[in-house]
Amino acid sequence: MNYMKKSSKRVLTGLAVFIMLFHLIPFYILITTSLKPKGDFSSKWVFPSNLNFQNFSDAWVEANLGTSLFNSAIITFFAALLLIIIGSTAAYPLARRQTKLNKFIFTLFIAIMVIPPLTALVPLYQLVVDIGMMNTRTVAVLNNVASFMPLTIFLYSGFIKSTIPKELEEAAKIDGASTLGIFFRIVFPLLKPVTASILIISCVFIWNDFQFAIFFLQDKEVQTFTVALSTFFGENTNNLNFVAAAAIMAMMPMVILFLFLQKYFIRGLASGSVKG
Amino acid sequence: MNGLETSKNLTVSKKERKSKISKNSSLWWMYLPALLAVSFFIIYPFLNGLKISFTNWNGFSQSYDYVGFKQYTRMLTDPDTWLVVKNTLIYGIGSTVFQNIIGLLYALLLNQSIRFKALTRTIVYLPVIISPLIMGYIWYFFFAFNGGALNDVLVLFGLEKINALGNPDLNIWIIVFVNTYQFVGIAMIIFLAGLQSIGRDFYEAAQIDGATPFQQFKNITLPLLMPSITINMVINIIGGLKLFDVIISLTGGGPGNASQSMSTFMYDLYFLRQDAGYAATQGVLMAVIILILSLAALIYFKRQEVEA
Repeated sequence: MNYMKKSSKRVLTGLAVFIMLFHLIPFYILITTSLKPKGDFSSKWVFPSNLNFQNFSDAWVEANLGTSLFNSAIITFFAALLLIIIGSTAAYPLARRQTKLNKFIFTLFIAIMVIPPLTALVPLYQLVVDIGMMNTRTVAVLNNVASFMPLTIFLYSGFIKSTIPKELEEAAKIDGASTLGIFFRIVFPLLKPVTASILIISCVFIWNDFQFAIFFLQDKEVQTFTVALSTFFGENTNNLNFVAAAAIMAMMPMVILFLFLQKYFIRGLASGSVKG
Repeated sequence: MNGLETSKNLTVSKKERKSKISKNSSLWWMYLPALLAVSFFIIYPFLNGLKISFTNWNGFSQSYDYVGFKQYTRMLTDPDTWLVVKNTLIYGIGSTVFQNIIGLLYALLLNQSIRFKALTRTIVYLPVIISPLIMGYIWYFFFAFNGGALNDVLVLFGLEKINALGNPDLNIWIIVFVNTYQFVGIAMIIFLAGLQSIGRDFYEAAQIDGATPFQQFKNITLPLLMPSITINMVINIIGGLKLFDVIISLTGGGPGNASQSMSTFMYDLYFLRQDAGYAATQGVLMAVIILILSLAALIYFKRQEVEA
């Protein structure tokens, strides 16, 4: 399939350029919109003659972006950390000890993946109100940990089963190391590739989460940037230039991270979905 | 598999200590925290949701009555249910079909040795990491009735402006389009990985036999890509059926209920209409539909893989 004439190659390159341009359209529109002042009714396709960054500084304050981006970062960081520690520890016995109990528990974790989050969210809402954890970052962290746990366990246990040699652990066991010691000192360091994939998948989805956050984080002090942005949009439907500036600032942290770590992002998300 | 045999041997050879060993050897304390987390946040609420679906609970009051199957009969006779189920299926199946076809075409193109292929891949993939809520807003600027980029073009050519997001026949497909645009990158990457794993000798042999490029595609590429197709089908169907964020930012489910998915409909029932019992019943229906469709897709495409 890789042998072609020069002319057909040129056509295909042209096609690739066309695809690129098409995929860049919404970003172009976003940028021109964000740089125009309110009341500028020129076409969205026209690039503004003088750049106006007022929207950005105003939207940053009005949309509560400082606080909300910080909240998103905190929630993502702790959720990912817990997910890695709890998930890898949980996957180890499920991969290594195929007892009846463990097989049942593993199946249970996999079955949970099919439950749509909203089906559990409606009853969970009342539960969270009852225990007084509404509008806390803790509940957002724990809820994200729980919802990514099945995929994390699935990926870790698949990796342990297929690539970590048993002999290593058996040798350590003879030396009298404890199970947890063997796991964290010998097995966990070998899990780096799958840990990287899980970190990337979970961080992208937890960072971008809206569905959980809109249920549990309504207060301005604890809301994530997605909740802040949806509120801001509701208040400014007649000032889209403002919303565009806020949207650009809100998506920037993840875009920058992606451009720097592109290779890992693409590999991580693909391998995660391949197995998931 | 090795672990399975060893633990079996152990239990058979030392029958008297069987229970003790299997209990210890399960190392169950290691997954206890994970199990507690999913029990509290997923399993218990899910089961509780089943219970709530048999009540008329309003979502906040302390008292409610069990109403038997009343919410279920209400659901089955509610025209909104079928509208929302139809939309959800369009979102799920429509996005899946488009993402797979376009993702495959992109992968076939970028698998060639052409210029700009790395850059094109990056640009197609970029939206995957952006919040679907923001992606909805970005396309809102494109499709908005007043001052949207699309209408600017239509006006320029002397055509009528269209209210794309307010038109119930059109906005459903715009949501499918935006979801496809955002996530086609994942399908593309999975297909690219699949294409690169196909050995070149298959094509060389086919060329010697005089097979046309189309025959090569139909008889070599497609069958050997079946595992990638299976994965894409399952993840896209599940993702599409759960669609929520992008609907909120593009249409808010409107006009009326016209573009609601089951997720946004449940959210409305619970928060705006204080109809928690009914929201839970809709939740049960959604779980059943997702379960059936993802299992069907999995089984169907697994069978294709074996035959291929």
